[in-house]
Amino acid sequence: METTDFFRFLAEQSSQLVTQTLTHVGLTFLSLVLALLIGLPVGMAISRQKRVAALVLGLAGVLQTIPSIALLGFLIPFLGIGVVPALLALFLYALLPIVRNTYVGLSEVSPTLKEAAFGMGMTSRQVLMRLEIPLALPVIFAGIRTATVINVGVATLAAYVAGGGLGEFIFGGIALNNTAMILAGAIPAALLAVGLDGLLARLQRLRGMRLRRASILFLALAPVLSAFYWLPRNDQTRLVAGFAHEFYGRADGYPQLRKTYGLRLTTRLIDQNLMYEAVRHRQVDVISGYSTDGRIQAFGLQVLADDKRAFPPYQAAFVVRQAFLDRHPEVAPLLNRLRGLLTDSVMTALNYRADYHHETPETVAREFLRKTGLDRPRKAGPRTGTLTVGSKIFTEQYILVEIIRRLVEGHTTLEVAAKTGLGGTQICFNALRTGAIDLYPEYTGTGLLVILQPGPAVSDSLRADPAATYRYVSDQFLRQYGLVWLPPLGFNNAYALMMRREQARPLKINTISDLQRYLEK
Amino acid sequence: MIAVRNVSKQFGDHPAVRDVSFTVGEGETVVLLGTSGCGKTTTLKMINRLIEPSAGQIEVDGVDVRRKPAHDLRRKIGYVIQETGLFPHYTVADNIATVPRLLGWEPDRIADRTRELLAMLKLPENSLRRYPSELSGGQRQRVGLARALAAHPSILLMDEPLGALDPITRAAIRREFRRLDELRHTTTVMVTHDIQEAFELGDRIGLMDQGRLVQIGTPDELLHRPVNAFVESFFEEQRLFLEWKSRRSD
Ligand SMILES: Nc1ncnc2c1ncn2[C@@H]1O[C@H](COP(=O)(O)OP(=O)(O)O)[C@@H](O)[C@H]1O
Ligand SMILES: [Mg+2]
Repeated sequence: METTDFFRFLAEQSSQLVTQTLTHVGLTFLSLVLALLIGLPVGMAISRQKRVAALVLGLAGVLQTIPSIALLGFLIPFLGIGVVPALLALFLYALLPIVRNTYVGLSEVSPTLKEAAFGMGMTSRQVLMRLEIPLALPVIFAGIRTATVINVGVATLAAYVAGGGLGEFIFGGIALNNTAMILAGAIPAALLAVGLDGLLARLQRLRGMRLRRASILFLALAPVLSAFYWLPRNDQTRLVAGFAHEFYGRADGYPQLRKTYGLRLTTRLIDQNLMYEAVRHRQVDVISGYSTDGRIQAFGLQVLADDKRAFPPYQAAFVVRQAFLDRHPEVAPLLNRLRGLLTDSVMTALNYRADYHHETPETVAREFLRKTGLDRPRKAGPRTGTLTVGSKIFTEQYILVEIIRRLVEGHTTLEVAAKTGLGGTQICFNALRTGAIDLYPEYTGTGLLVILQPGPAVSDSLRADPAATYRYVSDQFLRQYGLVWLPPLGFNNAYALMMRREQARPLKINTISDLQRYLEK
Repeated sequence: MIAVRNVSKQFGDHPAVRDVSFTVGEGETVVLLGTSGCGKTTTLKMINRLIEPSAGQIEVDGVDVRRKPAHDLRRKIGYVIQETGLFPHYTVADNIATVPRLLGWEPDRIADRTRELLAMLKLPENSLRRYPSELSGGQRQRVGLARALAAHPSILLMDEPLGALDPITRAAIRREFRRLDELRHTTTVMVTHDIQEAFELGDRIGLMDQGRLVQIGTPDELLHRPVNAFVESFFEEQRLFLEWKSRRSD
């Protein structure tokens, strides 16, 4: 990457950057204020009740050890997506340092001093306010500082659940392998953390009255900074979109829609596996789904027709390293036996079972093979080699990996190793090129626009013709990278915009053009 | 006026104070003397209710101390402990003003009283804005006394007030304290394990041992009419010196 890329990106996305930074600061301080409101009194209470203290601190300590992603994942079923689970997770992380330091700070105040204060005739409350808190303040402040810095970091994860913040650029950049975009999020986040840490460290070193004044100032300022979260965002449209990070940045995603339809939507970036929940729970109105996703049916979503053919054909096929096929010639004919078995409706049904009925990809794969007569028990005898299969992070790819595993291990003596959860096309493709994996399921349109990126002349000419797209992509992959596209499996997993049917129908939105007209009204 | 009547204190099954009775008259100074752990501090703290007795009764100015909220009682009782009792985050002025502020005095009145105490205790004017850590040990002890006396308490309780000082400073401050009218006219209970200090400052001395008050009387009485062998042997080593002292102060 060149530095000019970075600055160009910043210039183009400056308003987005400002919004994200303000949201980030808002999230950080809003959760901090909540943690202070709860944490300070709890810390004070347990410093008087030593027996409860161990319990409370232990509990808060356990919360702290839960990885932040896992904590978010755990909260989503209860709280849905959006700012609420993000705030709650941030709040929980900030709680321990505040409770613990309040407790420790107060406990360290010398009992002799407390006794002197009581001996002078101070009430419990006066001893707390005039003696204990002022003396514990440097320690309490250190806790606030820790909590603030932790929160700046964890707040990046809010982007997973449409909570906004600088994580939008970071995760978008990772999904797209776009370094400029990653840095546009990571650098401000790091500066924010270092800046706040430095500022609070200076306050913490103040003594006596000055520290007390600084603390009061800080406590007064925190709610103000929290309010950043509600600052008016630049021109909100009538409907709000929840787009996956990859879709938002990919040439054949949102940028293509803007070009073809002139579509302008207020966008919230969100993890692609959470989009469906988001639209279902009315947290957004339009999402960028996949046409074979099982949840379209399950959640009563309506796919908006791509009437101007912005999206290219996305025929699914396995991409394999040539070197692997040379070593194991039996694999290609075996995988080709799946041709025609995985139609659009079959794939959608398989996805539905996994997404909606929570059957494991393994079960779904086994029953599919059983029905088609391809299922065999694992072949006996020693293994003669390994096929390493990669997948992106969504259900369909997990199911395809399991189908390959059962098929190959049942019909050959190869071992199948899965590397699931590679976060995006670029990551899978690079893994394949470097030999970290031997094969992964890909879609022709994605190969064309994300990897090959031919000029607009070529891609426009191919747009309407699935067969021509497949031919072009497989030729170019073989020639440029020595990678083989096996024949298309039979289904087409296109990008598709979708809305809740009950919302789209009264608005008479059936196509993307309808959507665009509605937004302009 | 303080009356301690048949007071005992148990900590768990350990009797720290056992059936102690004595009175302190108006303007009188009683010193509780005894080896470490004999129950002096516990007895003292029961007077201002930092510790509640297990049995017995304590009256201050004729009223049972349990009749009022503890903080009201304490604001009328000066309390001096070893130097650590000063609030490190308060200036000297703020430390001295602690009780007057709790009582809601006007700032002017507090300032006047502070100046008066400063002069009385020979503290430099510029020490007012200093923090305790910036003072010498002797100065800290005077500030501690000033803080205890600030609101004109009718009673003063002192627990080893000079315990943290070197012997020379200690003797010097002791002499000063003896000359202070305000101290002489305040009903005082002081705790010490230092026999000389007890003889110099006490109108009467109560000798304690294992939670009991073995004998209470003037220095002369303790020296010349000990109630038992314990009292006699307690003063044996320093008898000559003490006799000379008690004769001189007559
Ligand atoms: N809070 C307490 N809990 C348990 N035992 C105590 C407590 N305070 C004092 N004691 C015990 O009571 C006895 C008398 O203590 P104290 O009155 O402090 O003695 P002195 O002041 O004469 O040195 C000692 O044995 C001491 O260990
Ligand atoms: Mg003691």
